[in-house]
Amino acid sequence: MTVLAERKQLVGPGDVLAEGPYFAGENTYREGSKIFASRVGMADVIGNKLIVMPVKGAYIPRMDDIVLGRVTDIGMSGWQVDIYAPYPAMLPASETPMRGRDSVRRDLRSIYGVGDLMIAQVIAFDRTRDPLLTTKGRGLGKVNSGRVARINNTKIPRIIGKKGSMITMLKKETGTDIIPGQNGVILVTGRNPDQELIAVEAIYMIEREAHTTGLTDRVKAMILERMKGITVGQ
Amino acid sequence: MSTTHQPSPVAKLEQKTVRDLILKGKRIDDRGLLDYRPLTIMLGTVEKANGSAQVYLGKTKVLAGVKIQVGTPFPDTPDEGILTVNAEFVPLAYPTFEPGPPDENSIELARVVDRGIRESKAIDVGKMCIDPGKKVFVIFVDVYVLDHDGNLIDAAGMAALGALISAKMQAYEVKNGEIKYKDHMIPLPMQNYPVPITSVKLDGSVVVDPCLEEEQVMSCRLTVTTDKNDNICAMQKGGLGVFTPEEIKQIVSSSVNKSRELREKILSKVN
Amino acid sequence: MDGRRLDELRPIKLEVGVLDKADGSAYIEHGRNKILAAVFGPRETQPKHIALADRAVVRCRYHMAPFSTDERKSPAPSRREQELSKVIRESLEPSILSEYFPRSTIDLFIEVLQADAGTRCAGITAASLALADAGIPLRELVAGCAAGKIDGKVVLDLSDVEDKKGDADLPVAYMPKSNSIGLLQMDGSMTEEELKQALEMAVNACRTIYEMQRDALRQKYHIERDESERDEIAEVKA
Repeated sequence: MTVLAERKQLVGPGDVLAEGPYFAGENTYREGSKIFASRVGMADVIGNKLIVMPVKGAYIPRMDDIVLGRVTDIGMSGWQVDIYAPYPAMLPASETPMRGRDSVRRDLRSIYGVGDLMIAQVIAFDRTRDPLLTTKGRGLGKVNSGRVARINNTKIPRIIGKKGSMITMLKKETGTDIIPGQNGVILVTGRNPDQELIAVEAIYMIEREAHTTGLTDRVKAMILERMKGITVGQ
Repeated sequence: MSTTHQPSPVAKLEQKTVRDLILKGKRIDDRGLLDYRPLTIMLGTVEKANGSAQVYLGKTKVLAGVKIQVGTPFPDTPDEGILTVNAEFVPLAYPTFEPGPPDENSIELARVVDRGIRESKAIDVGKMCIDPGKKVFVIFVDVYVLDHDGNLIDAAGMAALGALISAKMQAYEVKNGEIKYKDHMIPLPMQNYPVPITSVKLDGSVVVDPCLEEEQVMSCRLTVTTDKNDNICAMQKGGLGVFTPEEIKQIVSSSVNKSRELREKILSKVN
Repeated sequence: MDGRRLDELRPIKLEVGVLDKADGSAYIEHGRNKILAAVFGPRETQPKHIALADRAVVRCRYHMAPFSTDERKSPAPSRREQELSKVIRESLEPSILSEYFPRSTIDLFIEVLQADAGTRCAGITAASLALADAGIPLRELVAGCAAGKIDGKVVLDLSDVEDKKGDADLPVAYMPKSNSIGLLQMDGSMTEEELKQALEMAVNACRTIYEMQRDALRQKYHIERDESERDEIAEVKA
C-alpha cells in the first residue's frame, strides 16, 4: 500500500507510481497490484487516484470543449473541420445559427469556405465516431481577424492559470483579447499588431516554461518590458 | 512502410474455440502441443526445374523450385556461387492474397528461409565457381505458396531443402574459364540440412506447427532453424506479442529436438 | 576487436526532441551508428479504409540513407528494409497503448544516417523515445541491442567490422518491466548453449540502455527548466 512517486515528480512510461488499492487516473494504467505511468509528465495524487499531467500529446476532444478549427471540406449538409486532433470534426449546417432565411436556399460556401477559421464547441465525441461541432453560442463562429498561436494542448491550462490568473494578466498587460481553444489553438485579437505579437510571444514563453515556478511574474515582466516601446491602443 | 495488419476474418467465437481448447491442452485439430500435422514431401514434381519439391503440411501446400544458371559473382566473394531465395504468395493460395510485388510477409519468409540455408552453409558455394571473379553458378530458389493453412515458413523451408537436395545439374568441367558440359547429371554439393521449426504462443501455451486458425489467434511466433549438428543457424520472432527470455530458451530446446525428427523424414525421401 | 571487453557496449548517446515538425523525435549515436527517429500522431488515418475500429494503426518505416553505408545504397526500399520495417514495428507496437486512439494512425520513421551494425536495435531504442516524446501512451520503453559470436566467443554489440567477420548475430529488443522480448532474430551458427548466453548478454545490455533512455527523457524535460532560468537572466539584463 504505497505511493512510490513523489508529487510533481517527473515520470515516464513504465515508471511505477503506486502499489495497492489506488485508482489509475489519467495517463496511468494498472497492471496487477501496481499502477504505472503511460506518458512523460508530472505525477500527482488526488485523493487515492494517481494521475500524470502530460508534458506533450495529441488533443483528444471532449464534450463542451471550445476549439479553433480550419475548414477543410464542404459537404452536402455541413463542413469538415480540422481541429488539429487525430480525428476530423464535422460542423453540420443545422448547428450554425439560423438567420431567419430559408435554410434550404443557403449556400454553405457563403457561410464558411475552405480555409476559414472558426471558434466552435464540441457537442459530441466518443471513440466510435468523429467529433461533432456547433457554432450556435456566444462568441462562436467565423474568425476574421487576429493572430493565431498554436501550442501543445497540454499547456492550455497553464495559459489560463489558477482561476484564470495567467490569462487575465496576459489580456490586461497586452491589451488584447485572448481566446484559448482546448485544442491548443489560441486566438489573439488586439487593436495593434505589435500588441498581438507580444501576447503571442508570451504564450510561447509559457509553453516553453510551463513546468517552472514564478512563471506568471516572469511573463508579466517580459510583457511590461516589451510593451514599453509600443503605443497602446485600447 | 510496415502497417498494422487488418484483423483476421475470424469471428470472436471461433477465436474463443481455439483458445478454450488450448487452455485444456488440446488443439483445434486434435493434435498434441508438440505435434506436426501430417507431412508429405514429393520431389521432382517440376521436371524442367533443376530441382523441385512439393510439401503438404496438413492443408498447407508449398512448392519450391530450384534453377541453376550462370552469373557473375559478387565482388567480395569472387570464387563463390550465389544463392538467392524468393517467395511468392500466389493469389490462388488464399482469398486475400493479391497479385503484385512481394509484400512484407513474403519477403520475411523468403529471407528467413534464405538465412537458414545460407548460414548453415547447406550448399558448398565454394564448389560452384566456374571462373573466379567472372563466372559462377547462381542458385535460384523460388518458393511458391499454393495453399495457405498456416505455418508457411516451415513448409517453405522444407520444400526449399527438398528441392536443393534432389536438384540435378548437368555435370561439367571448366577449361580456360569456359564450361564444357558432360552427359550425365550431378547433384548440388550439399553439406548441411537446415530445418525451420515454428512455434506460436497462444494464451501462455506454446504449440508447434500452427494451423491457420492458430496463427490468426496467436500472440506471436518464433521460428528456429537448426542444422544437422544441432547448431542454430537462424531465428525469427514475428507477431505483435512478446516472449520472456525463459520462453525463448524453452522453445529453442524443443525446436532443436523437433528439427532432428523432420530432417530424418526429408532425408529419407531422397534416399 | 576495438579494445572492448566481450560484454561491453559501444558508447551510446541519446537525445530527445531534436526535430521541430515531428510530434516526437529522438536521435541516437550507438558506436558509429547515427540514427534519427520521428513520430507523427496519433493522426487522421489516410486512406480511411486501413483504419482499425478499436485501435490505432501503427505504420513503421525503417530506411537507410544512401550515404549511410560503405558502398552507396540505392534510396529505393530494399527487401531488407521492408523486413526490418516489419520486425521493428512488431517490437514497438506491443508497447503502445493503441486502444486509446481507435481509427487513428501513428506513423514512425527511422532514418539511418550512418550505419555500423546493430542499426535495427539502435533504431528501436530511438523510436521508443520518439514515441514517448510525442506523448503517446506507452506501457514502457523498448530498448534494443545485439549480441553475437566472433572467433568462437559470445560477444556483445558487434560493430560492422566485427559483424562481417563474425559467426553469428543476434539482435534483440527488450522491455525490462514486463520482461518481454519484442524482437528476436538470429543468423549465423551457434550451439544452444551459446545462444542462451548471447540472449542473456543482450537482455542485460538492454536493461542498461533502458536506464539511458529514461535519463534522456529526464534530461530533456529538466533542461527546459534550467534554460528558462537562463533566459530570464538574459532578458532582465537586456
